[in-house]
Amino acid sequence: MSVLVFLESADGKVRKTSLEAVSYAVALGKPVTAIALGAVNAEELALAGKYGASKVLHASDERLNQPLVKAYASVIGKAMQDENAEVLILANSSLGTPVAAMVAVKTGAAFVSNVVELPDTSSGFSVKRSIYTGKAFARVEMKSGKKVLTLRKNAAEMKETSGQAEVKPYAVSLSEADFNAKITSTEKATGEVLLPEAEIVVSGGRGMKGPEHWGKLEELAHVLHAGTGCSKPVSDMGWRPHHEHVGQTGVKVAPQLYIAIGISGAIQHLAGVNSSKCIVVINKDPEAPFFKAADYGVVGDAFDVLPRLTEAIKAAK
Amino acid sequence: MKILVCITHVPDTTSRISFSDNNTRFETNGVQFIIGPYDDYALARAVELKEKMGATVTVLNVGGAETEPTIRKALAIGADDAIRVNAEPTDSFFVASQIAEHAKGFDLVLMGRESIDYNGGVVHAMVGEMLGVPSFSPVMKLDIEGTGVKMAREIEGGKEYLEASLPLVAGCQEPIAEWKIPNMRGIMSAKTKPITVVEPKAVDKNVVVQKFELPAPKGAVKMIPADQMTDLVNRLKTEAKVL
Repeated sequence: MSVLVFLESADGKVRKTSLEAVSYAVALGKPVTAIALGAVNAEELALAGKYGASKVLHASDERLNQPLVKAYASVIGKAMQDENAEVLILANSSLGTPVAAMVAVKTGAAFVSNVVELPDTSSGFSVKRSIYTGKAFARVEMKSGKKVLTLRKNAAEMKETSGQAEVKPYAVSLSEADFNAKITSTEKATGEVLLPEAEIVVSGGRGMKGPEHWGKLEELAHVLHAGTGCSKPVSDMGWRPHHEHVGQTGVKVAPQLYIAIGISGAIQHLAGVNSSKCIVVINKDPEAPFFKAADYGVVGDAFDVLPRLTEAIKAAK
Repeated sequence: MKILVCITHVPDTTSRISFSDNNTRFETNGVQFIIGPYDDYALARAVELKEKMGATVTVLNVGGAETEPTIRKALAIGADDAIRVNAEPTDSFFVASQIAEHAKGFDLVLMGRESIDYNGGVVHAMVGEMLGVPSFSPVMKLDIEGTGVKMAREIEGGKEYLEASLPLVAGCQEPIAEWKIPNMRGIMSAKTKPITVVEPKAVDKNVVVQKFELPAPKGAVKMIPADQMTDLVNRLKTEAKVL
């Protein structure tokens, strides 16, 4: 019996959320095998060992360099059988979540997504998952022998161990049917912190008055090594790209610190941020509903407070 | 072309969430139900494709009789007929199994990227796997030429452009189409459009919700004067321990 973890990577680097998934798996107390697909740097594969995996399977078939959901699900489903894995764990993502669902259908495993903490195994196996866009939780019992879980960020604390993993090549047998789509191109913002993985998020709303003022917000994000987000109106008006829209119908974030600047705090926006550990709201309207959901509030004009905050953080470093 | 649009019947995004029966049941009292916002995008794109290239649009919902007003609204927006699988949508595998049972023969199966109640975000992937056809989500652009489909999918920090062939399943999100508001003619004609009610296929349930919980209430906000940003930074470091 073992636990299998999908090590998702981008540009040869393993995603931090996948290392969280390794820590989650280790906490289950069974041997952990991680699997990486496509081109991944050797030192990145070794990271899985540092977080407690005893073995890393690397399927380096170059057809897997394109992250196609169907092909990934075939390889990971097969690995789950080969490894006789009882549990498969993946971080929620635009790749990991559909792969998990397809593997669950293939293997007949019980499936739960958006898991927020370690399972309760005192009688059976039950997990806590986020529902109603973070407004509530459900405790779900997983009855099948095989289980597939996808994790929300911060479901487990990342813990380094003194362990090392044995990295093994993993041979795959893929058929034409596994390549049922072609990725023709990818557009990706470079050099910035990915919003779903960011430990700190700085987000702007209509109070920023226009896209030309985003430089000030980006400067704050830069000194904090933070991801940048925005409210729905800001993305609707085209001030910022859609993948930065935080909220009910956008990205749901779960950072340590969420700083909202000039966002009033509509309930749909709160749905995307209510898993943040600490929320700072800066708004010139003292009646802004966001203050009720905040840990710290500052009443003031964005253009006055932003540079002061940036300076204070620089000074504290 | 035959398009199937799967819709959810979910609490309005502004709803306060509460539970009854010792936290085992969602309290529907005073809650307004809507077509899932992501499903609304899927439906709008289906109606656009119907207008542009000719198609029939069938709506499918897994739910009890209480979801019929939501289904009627989808018919008023422009779907031609509807199927209601008479069962409570308890989990994604159960719902996907019901959809797969009725999705055979459709060229395109559209739905929202996720329901806004359980937020599973996987029914499209499960349906695709059950039918043996490709599935994609979250799709923000979808165009059809012959049997070829060009799509844009949102990924972390950007977009991925894809090509595939019909039949396929797509989980949709903005800006794939503009939401449509039913007009009077649509509302009148929806009254006579057929809703076929079918009983669910038996599925072994391997996940069971034991109880619901609400998040712990938040402490009171601490207000910091705008000229005391050094104090705020100190508090974030020592009090909140997030810097």
